[in-house]
Amino acid sequence: MRAWLGRASIAAVGVIAGLALSFTAASQARAPQAGAPQPQTSGARTARAADGKPNLNGVYQAISEAYWDIEPHGAAAGPVQELGASYAMAGGLGIVDGPLPYKPDALAKKKQNFANRVKLDPEVKCYLPGVPRAMYMQYPFQIIQTPTYIMMVFTYARAVRTIYMTDHKEAPADSWMGWSNGHWEGNTLVVDTTGFNDMTWFDRAGNFHSDQLHVVERITASGADHLSYEATIEDPQTFTRPWKITLPIYRRVEKNAQLLEFNCIPFVEDLIYGHLRKPSSN
Amino acid sequence: MLRRFVAATAFGSAIALLLVSTLTAQSNYKVPRLADGHPDFQGFWNNTTYTPLERPKGIDREFFTREEVIEQMKRAAAEESEQTTPGTVADVHYDFTQFGLDRSQAPVALNLRTSLIIDPVDGHFPPMTEEGKRLNAARAEARKRAGPITDAAQNQPLSVRCILMDRDGPPMLAGAYNNNYQIVQSPGTVLILVEMLHSPRVIPLDTRPQLPQQVRQLEGSSRGRWDGDTLVIETTNFTDMFMFAAQGASADMKLTERFTRTADDTLTYRFTVDDPKVWTRPWTAEVPWKKSVGPIFEHACHEGNYSLANLLAGAREDEKRAKAKK
Repeated sequence: MRAWLGRASIAAVGVIAGLALSFTAASQARAPQAGAPQPQTSGARTARAADGKPNLNGVYQAISEAYWDIEPHGAAAGPVQELGASYAMAGGLGIVDGPLPYKPDALAKKKQNFANRVKLDPEVKCYLPGVPRAMYMQYPFQIIQTPTYIMMVFTYARAVRTIYMTDHKEAPADSWMGWSNGHWEGNTLVVDTTGFNDMTWFDRAGNFHSDQLHVVERITASGADHLSYEATIEDPQTFTRPWKITLPIYRRVEKNAQLLEFNCIPFVEDLIYGHLRKPSSN
Repeated sequence: MLRRFVAATAFGSAIALLLVSTLTAQSNYKVPRLADGHPDFQGFWNNTTYTPLERPKGIDREFFTREEVIEQMKRAAAEESEQTTPGTVADVHYDFTQFGLDRSQAPVALNLRTSLIIDPVDGHFPPMTEEGKRLNAARAEARKRAGPITDAAQNQPLSVRCILMDRDGPPMLAGAYNNNYQIVQSPGTVLILVEMLHSPRVIPLDTRPQLPQQVRQLEGSSRGRWDGDTLVIETTNFTDMFMFAAQGASADMKLTERFTRTADDTLTYRFTVDDPKVWTRPWTAEVPWKKSVGPIFEHACHEGNYSLANLLAGAREDEKRAKAKK
């Protein structure tokens, strides 16, 4: 009831403001102000943003085999036989600080996840990737930085993270990408993310978490074209202790680097809904 | 009942305050600016409107009076806050008022226009070309050939499949709900986060050319620039899947969007569709966007799209039962 009244009053304010507008809009057709605006440049390469913080703006991508498995692993056949070597698993040294400290039940579930990964991996269904998985998938992502919001836009599934730099709140509800509050510690962006659901994974190997997941990321520009990325993973329901992910993330240095649309839903509709198709349909 | 009473009361006081606020309208509004001197559009905006894209039949004026518009909004708000009848499709789908989704609960900019289309001045789409008619007829034929929408997921509109809401484009038009947008500006880039489907539009503001012709995207390829205090975004490289109401654009559509901050709480959004394959001349629409409050929460549409699976499963079950009856 209280919440509803709040909404109603927002609506009222909106309507009021709207009327005020109709009387001002006509007089506001503005000529450009002489001399004020600077020529617009793609100023992503300066080391500092206008507020003096490190400038993280740009298009980035991890170069790592961790999207297959965040733990050390040798090369192996991929899960789909028909795709042969073109979709085989590349070996990787892992990005974690030791064997993942699963609780016994959770370890059993991880193994089941791996065995059934073609059916269960949320990536297969074009579902939002969650955090930290989004950060080291094999697609570029873009950071758009301001003093109040740092936005991360991901190619895969067009996922978005909003990092609230000033207006820190608790997650209002669980979500796929979580609720991120950020702050600067010197030159390091620290992002504290909670409010996850239990439906995302860490990789294609079935490593998973519960909705108790808490991720603290530390992101530092360690050179003009790369970020040092570190994430501490805490999930007392799944793991016996916190553990860490560490990897470099690289800038896409091409002049025309930009995210392309990867709207993957049409790619998975037969997979998800094919069994419900009318057998005789076109 | 209580809800309806509250809605009516809120609306009544809104109108009373409207009259007061007109006396104190900001006549010397100064656009806030970023460090680089360009206008600051950042924040949350809402483009909910009661104004139709095309002028309704029987109206031959460009503007309603303020009283007429307020009356229409009041009527629409009352209709939308009506309880749905239990067991009906409307009830099963959504009670918009209950979930805070009806328009009277959103920030709405008062718009005296009788249509969002401002050019042609008659408020209607310009005549369609012969080729445009053929394209649209071919599309309708293809849909028919595919069979009923309950036969397969792919037969459903893109919106039901969470792929693209026609209204969210670009161009960005309001629907019944989820009409919030967040604008974020960093040097050389504008991000428009569209609440519906949680779509991010990342728009470069440098001089780079559009994407190669072979790269086609549902949201096209967008490039932005400043024209004085107006942000201009030009978009090409569309697919041929975009529909304005019943009228489909071609893949050659060129869209020009113009954003101008006209009051502290208003961003005026104007777009021109230039698609000579489909329409005999370009056409333009204008929608005031109202300042809104954030934050925007994740809209995981595809992930929670149980209704599409249930709808198909229901149709298959019906067929099974019909067969058993025979």
